[in-house]
Amino acid sequence: MLDMFFSPNAQWVLFSALTLGVAAGMVGCLAYWKRQSLMSDALSHAALPGVIVAFMIIGTKHLPLMILGAAVSALIGAWLIQWIQSNSRVKEDTAMGIILSVFFGFGIMMLTVVSRSAGGNQSGLDSFIFGQAASMVRTDVYTMLAVAIIIIFTIVIGFKEWKLFLFDVNFAKGLGMSSRLMSTIYLLMLVLVIVIGIQAVGVILMAALLIIPAVSAYYWTHSFKAMLVLSALFGGVSGVAGTVISTMGNGWPTGPFIVLSASVLFLASFLVGARKGMLVKAIQFKIQQRQHALEGGRQS
Amino acid sequence: MTYTAWILLTASLVGLSCGIIGVFLILRRMAMMADAISHTVLLGIVTAYLITRELSGVHMLVGAIIAGLLTAVLVQWFHSRGVQQDASIGVVFTTLFAIGVILIATQVGNVHLDVQHALMGEITFLPWNTIHLPVIGDIPKATLMLIVVFLVVLAFIIAFYKEWKITTFDAGLAASLGIPVVLMHYVFMTLVSITTVASFDAVGAIMVVAMLITPAAAAYLWTDRLSVMLVLSGAFGVISAIGGYYLAVWIDTSISGSMAFSTGILFLVSFIFSPNHGLMSRVVKPYTTTE
Amino acid sequence: MSVLAVRDLSASYHKNKVLYDVDFEINQGSLTGIVGPNGAGKSTLLKVMLDLHPKLSGSVVFFGKNLSQTKTRIGYVPQRGSVDWDFPTNALDVVLMGLYGKIGWFKWPSKKDKALAMASLEKMGMADYANRQISQLSGGQQQRVFLARALVQDADLYFMDEPLVGVDAATESAIMETLKQLKENGKTVMVVHHDLLTVEEYFDHVMLLNKTIVKHGRTDETFTKENVQATYGGALRWMKEA
Repeated sequence: MLDMFFSPNAQWVLFSALTLGVAAGMVGCLAYWKRQSLMSDALSHAALPGVIVAFMIIGTKHLPLMILGAAVSALIGAWLIQWIQSNSRVKEDTAMGIILSVFFGFGIMMLTVVSRSAGGNQSGLDSFIFGQAASMVRTDVYTMLAVAIIIIFTIVIGFKEWKLFLFDVNFAKGLGMSSRLMSTIYLLMLVLVIVIGIQAVGVILMAALLIIPAVSAYYWTHSFKAMLVLSALFGGVSGVAGTVISTMGNGWPTGPFIVLSASVLFLASFLVGARKGMLVKAIQFKIQQRQHALEGGRQS
Repeated sequence: MTYTAWILLTASLVGLSCGIIGVFLILRRMAMMADAISHTVLLGIVTAYLITRELSGVHMLVGAIIAGLLTAVLVQWFHSRGVQQDASIGVVFTTLFAIGVILIATQVGNVHLDVQHALMGEITFLPWNTIHLPVIGDIPKATLMLIVVFLVVLAFIIAFYKEWKITTFDAGLAASLGIPVVLMHYVFMTLVSITTVASFDAVGAIMVVAMLITPAAAAYLWTDRLSVMLVLSGAFGVISAIGGYYLAVWIDTSISGSMAFSTGILFLVSFIFSPNHGLMSRVVKPYTTTE
Repeated sequence: MSVLAVRDLSASYHKNKVLYDVDFEINQGSLTGIVGPNGAGKSTLLKVMLDLHPKLSGSVVFFGKNLSQTKTRIGYVPQRGSVDWDFPTNALDVVLMGLYGKIGWFKWPSKKDKALAMASLEKMGMADYANRQISQLSGGQQQRVFLARALVQDADLYFMDEPLVGVDAATESAIMETLKQLKENGKTVMVVHHDLLTVEEYFDHVMLLNKTIVKHGRTDETFTKENVQATYGGALRWMKEA
């Protein structure tokens, strides 16, 4: 098993899982404060038909073009969710549910057609559903790395703008920032991180890598900067840990193990995280109760 | 009955049960909760299988109910401890689903249960897995389970119709009138879970979300009456199920995927042509507003 | 005669204490306005008394009994914004909901129930809108429907959360007229109110609340400049000058 750490290809895969986790953790942090955690779930499902249709058009598994297809289809999904909400009385959660399931259904329809003509799993498209990091080749890794690094860079250089944008859009507008531009960049980053993640994590669980690290980080800190850093760290650690574990068994999918690693970190954060963690809360409540009893005792 | 007739009957039952439950799901703003439960039910089924080593209807139902309620309780629990509602849903269901998939991949192997099946459903195999009943004769197990679940759902919705209505519309008032709002919530989650698991075999985990949410959302655009919405939603569910089946046969592809796709088409048609809430109504008479 | 006795009530919202040592009695036939700055715990006080929000300590006694024994004698009108007005139902149906507690499990509303609901809508001048989908009503009309729903409950003690927010002048006077009638018929009403200028005109009793009771009593004795200033602190200055 240790062999994998020495093979250069495996090192690249691990490194890309790390970078992906970091990027997802950071974008997830933005999504958390935009209160759009489940939007990432809807969009990752909505990416499936794009991947398949791109494959149908080009005929081979060419990752950059399939990422493009996924991005286009996820963006159409995002736009439809917005459109349905603003043009009818259907609410956001319902709109997300519709797009998520209908797009996924359409993707499965296409996938079945492709698998039949391309001879079963030969196309390797199944790995897009649950993720198979080991199936990535060198060029896939380069593509992923390039996109992930651009995303990380965009968040880091615009740190204070993102903070303002998330905390108080109207104030940000008052300062002359274009909230439309910021929203567009945010959506693009969300879609890109989803689509580069689906080969490693899969469309069904990609959302977890965006949601769980951010929620875990929230338990440790009240500072947005620290939350962003922690979320990136948790994401990166989960990415690496999940990838390593999934190589221990034959044909084990990567996605679920990455998610489970993130969940373990979440539970740990939830139980012992500073300030907001369970333990601290339990202690605070006891103190509050005692104080309340004392005050009451004094008066009566 | 013929092979096709059984498939159509089973699919229609899925459409009917999901359509009815879906109305309250979207009115309670719980569409994504349905998405969550449809995933976590997988863990319930796998766990039930690992404990009993058989895949029977009753075991699956019990496993699904426990998994569904666990999801609802955990989401509520994390939410009450400061996690945003939708982030809480996201954490809980992806984790439980990941555990389910890992259990299948590592423990169960690909013998009786496989992920592909759980996700996409295998309605084409259903008519061969039958059970013999007195009077009725041979009936596919999955169809029987759907009939039972449909009757249970229908009975609960009718018997507590006004309670569902008031707890959905105004939970505060309902509580002040002495209606057990929290209990009703968990009963509802149980109904969602059993509907999901019964539909699982036929349409799979993710497409069941389409059947739950989309026909109800389409019905919501056609009517302003709850009772009419329930009937319409059930009808839309059946239409999508049957339409989806023929679409799949026509282009030779996944039946469950086509059913999900059909619900989407039905919603799109409603969205454009609905007389009061559709796009066309806005284009045709853009100036008619309330007095 | 006291219809409501609250002792040492405290409650918190997440980490923050929003109510503490709330202690008061309400007499039958009074019309009380609950007044205080934003975040003073006005709505929370109603919810805690009705057990819709957990309390840290204290007791609430209705008509000398506990809440579960007296539920049918209590009417609650939540804030208008607390429900989804896109819900597929009409005005008459919303009013009927006020009777659901009395109708009981498994039974459907009877013709008599519908007649009661209709009469109640009529009282609020809303009979013509009985069959209208609720999202097609104006803010004032929606509030009238809520009031009609409270009336049909035929309770002895009413709690109303900001019933005058976002309504037109005609609705405001119609609602106040209804509340005065309730009072004259021996009912007791507590209203969360936000407009200091109309307190003296509308209510015979006032409760000045800012996390705890600053002052509670007859309006003419209680609603003095000093007391109101003590409730609102510095924030009041510009309000009185306006």
